[in-house]
Amino acid sequence: MKGTMIFVRIAALVLLAVGALLSVGACARRRGEVITVAGSTAFQPFAEKLAEQFMRKRPDLRISVQGGGSALGIQTALSGAAQIGMADLVELPPEAASLTAIVVARDGIAVIVNPANTVSNLSSEQVRAVFSGEIANWRQVGGDDRPIRVVSREAGSGTRTSFEQILGNFTLAPAAIVQDSNGTVRETVANDRDAIGYLSHGLMTDRVKAISVDGIACDDEAVIAGRYRLVRPVFFLVKGAPEGGVRDFIDYVLSDEGQKTIKDNGLLPAGTEARME
Amino acid sequence: MKWSGEHAVAAVLRVIAFSSLASLLLITIFIFKEGVPFLFSHGAAHFLLSSRWDPMAGEFGVLAMIVASLVVTFGAMVVGAPLGIAGAVFLNEFAPRWVARVLKPAIELLAGIPSVVFGFIGVMVLAPLIRNHLGGPGLSVLCASVILGVMILPTVMSISIDALASVPNSFREGALALGATRWQSVHMVVLKAARSGIVAAVVLGLGRAVGETMAVIMVAGNTVRIPISILDPVRTLTANIAIEMGHATGAHRDALFATGVVLFLIIMALNGIALGAMKRGAR
Repeated sequence: MKGTMIFVRIAALVLLAVGALLSVGACARRRGEVITVAGSTAFQPFAEKLAEQFMRKRPDLRISVQGGGSALGIQTALSGAAQIGMADLVELPPEAASLTAIVVARDGIAVIVNPANTVSNLSSEQVRAVFSGEIANWRQVGGDDRPIRVVSREAGSGTRTSFEQILGNFTLAPAAIVQDSNGTVRETVANDRDAIGYLSHGLMTDRVKAISVDGIACDDEAVIAGRYRLVRPVFFLVKGAPEGGVRDFIDYVLSDEGQKTIKDNGLLPAGTEARME
Repeated sequence: MKWSGEHAVAAVLRVIAFSSLASLLLITIFIFKEGVPFLFSHGAAHFLLSSRWDPMAGEFGVLAMIVASLVVTFGAMVVGAPLGIAGAVFLNEFAPRWVARVLKPAIELLAGIPSVVFGFIGVMVLAPLIRNHLGGPGLSVLCASVILGVMILPTVMSISIDALASVPNSFREGALALGATRWQSVHMVVLKAARSGIVAAVVLGLGRAVGETMAVIMVAGNTVRIPISILDPVRTLTANIAIEMGHATGAHRDALFATGVVLFLIIMALNGIALGAMKRGAR
């Protein structure tokens, strides 16, 4: 008798759980159109902020922002798993050719060293030689007689791909230390007097020193004017022409208010010349 | 009526017990299904014997990472095993009761600290110490070994304590009665009697060290190169999978699954060797 009771109780619990799941699903459906935005981890925090502001104006829409990286952004936009894919690459790969690409922001890539380092400018040729391991001592570029420790991002990272594409594809020094996020690159360089790395301009802090490239400092003005070389666009990728809620969200991101949010949080506005490509 | 209720409960419990075996099988099948075709198409020998890893250029060689995983695990055992066993001997054989009562829960608490915290301490404290006093980038084999060694300490120590505690007191009394000193009775009688349990403790620590990912990514530097000194940065197999999985597509993704296959085989081999050693110890 007791055994049956337990069995009945377990069955009741399972039914309850299933019921609860079903009702949660039903609630979500009632809340209206859901737009999924996925991809670039560098732009993810900005997209989250923009989505939050947009949803306050349009309570009938739900924007769900996910990370995963630029490669995933392209993939999900192609497969339809996300209505908007985010990618921060200088050149979009050929498989993205069928997607509508809209530049929503620009991001400079700052070359960073430890604040104790005396070097404050490198030519782009020198940056390339340092990161490919041909130059291995700070003395060769006007610094102290100390070894150079290269810190890079992992293969496939949007920041690394853009960095290597802009400087002309080169093979990273085999001795380079690899860190898997902008934040850990910054901390590694901040802790190591001999290190050099690169970082999304929006994530710079004064724990590290950004050096000029070809004599031009990585600041907002130089990036917007197009004088600083290491700049990459942030794309929203949409299958076909954007319509409905997707169109409204992209319009909001490109509006003065949306662009101001991007600028206030450390990235650079899309610029006027090439909003639609 | 009563019989059918009993039967139902037994059936449910049996399903739950077998589900752990099923998930192990599923994981194994999945990893092999995704990774093995790549080993054939790319060439297993090239994959295992090349140490050039450049996914964007289509170069996939994991030799440097196999070496790194083995070296870091070995280093962790050099740090963790003697400390763990010595700590267990002290706590079980020599420490006053109140000391054991304070230290044992403290050790178990250490086991509950998330690995990211160990990694953080490694990056903030240990790596700068190594960089400033020994040279190199700080993020290195040495740093990873010490951090992992401390991480496996609770596992090694608490299982060793259980092994020592299960040695009957008559063994100790017998040794003392024969005129052995306390230390002689410990290392000639008690440790020998508890050998299989202590080997089990080391094996479990080994398993944790090989599989640890988060802390290793943070402190090892992740450079794909065969280390020449313990001050060189390295990338382990686990770190390689975790770092690049987010971006990987196509052949790159398959290569990461193949990395998983290699890791799986290494763990199986290590466990096999250790189980063999345990059986010999028990005899």
